[in-house]
Amino acid sequence: MATEPAECKAIGCSACGDRIVIPGSRVMDPAKIRSDFPILNVQVHDGKPLAYLDNAATTQKPSSVVCALCDYYQFCNANVHRSLHYLAEQATRAFERGRERVAAFIGAPNVRSIIFTRGTTESINLVAHSWGRKFIQAGDEIVLTEMEHHSNLVPWQLLAKEKGAVLKFVPVLKDGTLDQEAYRKLLTPKVRLVAFVHVSNVLGTVNPAKEMVAAARAIGAVTLVDGAQSVPHQAVSVADLDCDFLAFSGHKMLGPTGIGVLYGREALLESMDPFMGGGEMISRVTLKESTWADIPQKFEAGTPDISGAVGLGAATDYLTELGMDKVHAREQELTRVAIDALSAVPGVHIFGRAPERSGAVSFEVDGVHPHDLAQFADREGVAIRAGHMCAQPLLRKFGVPAVARASFYFYNLPEETDRLIHAVVKAKEFFAHGTR
Amino acid sequence: MELDELYQDMILDHFKHPRNRQELSDEEVLVDEENPTCGDHIRLTARVEGGVIRDVRYDGKGCAISTASASMMSERLIGMPVVDARKLIGEFIALIRGERESAPEAFGDLVALEGVKQYPMRVKCATMAWHAVEKALGKLGV
Repeated sequence: MATEPAECKAIGCSACGDRIVIPGSRVMDPAKIRSDFPILNVQVHDGKPLAYLDNAATTQKPSSVVCALCDYYQFCNANVHRSLHYLAEQATRAFERGRERVAAFIGAPNVRSIIFTRGTTESINLVAHSWGRKFIQAGDEIVLTEMEHHSNLVPWQLLAKEKGAVLKFVPVLKDGTLDQEAYRKLLTPKVRLVAFVHVSNVLGTVNPAKEMVAAARAIGAVTLVDGAQSVPHQAVSVADLDCDFLAFSGHKMLGPTGIGVLYGREALLESMDPFMGGGEMISRVTLKESTWADIPQKFEAGTPDISGAVGLGAATDYLTELGMDKVHAREQELTRVAIDALSAVPGVHIFGRAPERSGAVSFEVDGVHPHDLAQFADREGVAIRAGHMCAQPLLRKFGVPAVARASFYFYNLPEETDRLIHAVVKAKEFFAHGTR
Repeated sequence: MELDELYQDMILDHFKHPRNRQELSDEEVLVDEENPTCGDHIRLTARVEGGVIRDVRYDGKGCAISTASASMMSERLIGMPVVDARKLIGEFIALIRGERESAPEAFGDLVALEGVKQYPMRVKCATMAWHAVEKALGKLGV
């Protein structure tokens, strides 16, 4: 790697400088951790401290990520892979360092397999468009599950309609796990693709991704894992999963909004057609036709989200310094506290009782609609989500139009669950007895 | 604004005892509306005779605000000439969206829902049934 420019170092640029990241060097001390996130210390609604329990929607950002964005724009900003001036080199370097960090974070064999997108949704749409349109034919089967987020369902519906392909779904069992026996039966020679969510954003279920990928690959199917709710919360390695594609979002793992990742097996990416056409993704262009750049640029038309890649790189640094094993352990602890406390309140029903689960806890309260509950929680300073969680078919299966969801990250505190319970009880009483 | 101003007794009463709400048969459903942001759902039917709304009934699932709003809407519109009803629907939606300063005198009980305008995320809850009935009147060609 080139020597660091003195000017940049002097002003403390965190974007293009080579910061040394020591895995596991940051201590999991709640007070220290929370001081890294100024927003967690704000007060809402007349002095109520904020309890942010909507982390499955998006996480908060530590100062290091915000500063990386700020430094990038203040000291490094230029377009990438184009101009030959100093700043352009710095910007390109900062952008590509983001890619290197992401590759390392998910154990990808090399940076060519990392494509920057806007998020999980765009990553999956990219595969549906560039791989699906080229390789899926009439009568082919695509296996999904009943617990998919709309982003891993609708793109395949569009593709299936266009190509005359058939969608099949692995059923969800009552406890929130997938029917693995039914899954194995769905794996016929007609199946070309198996795409499934690693961790459910509603049920919290952690699916046995490695085994499911192995079973799909055994019949020659291509595999896509939706890692939006897994990559931020547990150590995920594509080398270990052995999947063909892994999609995830930056903003659910401390990074900025607008940046996401598609990991793809190199040979597959090489075989695919481009996603969007434009600058950056071409090799040679004539008025009649063009040839494509090598991967990953082939799939990154136009000026990319450079600052987003820088911010995501800083986010992976933060998580690496904490250690994903510690992140996971802390979250498991917080989730256990929340499930125990919610279960102890009469009239509260939790959706998803998988033995292996993550920190998204969906529930309903007898006599209180999730919206009204969220409104009460908000008034207490507790931020939760209410609604269909972008998984309408799954909620329909469980017989509810909407649920309330508290979702945790490593920076949450057990006391925040106490405040959630307080709000739940208050709402329950209010709707049972009215204001008087 | 405190929550009991949003959830006034009037609203709680309609939420717990919704008027004119009953399971509809698929054949009689005129309008089937979903709130895509939250999954709430209303199906609605209406009957108009001689330019006057004679019946409004609905089913579905919703929060306290949307349930109460549908109940109060049905109670208010039944017996009302279509011309007046359309005017009221427009005024109600405008009030909840914060597009008009205050409720006209004719609003009566409906002002209980005015507090919703302080909560932008809940505006759709309060207006869903009103949009549905407006569509139903359109389908009836009145």
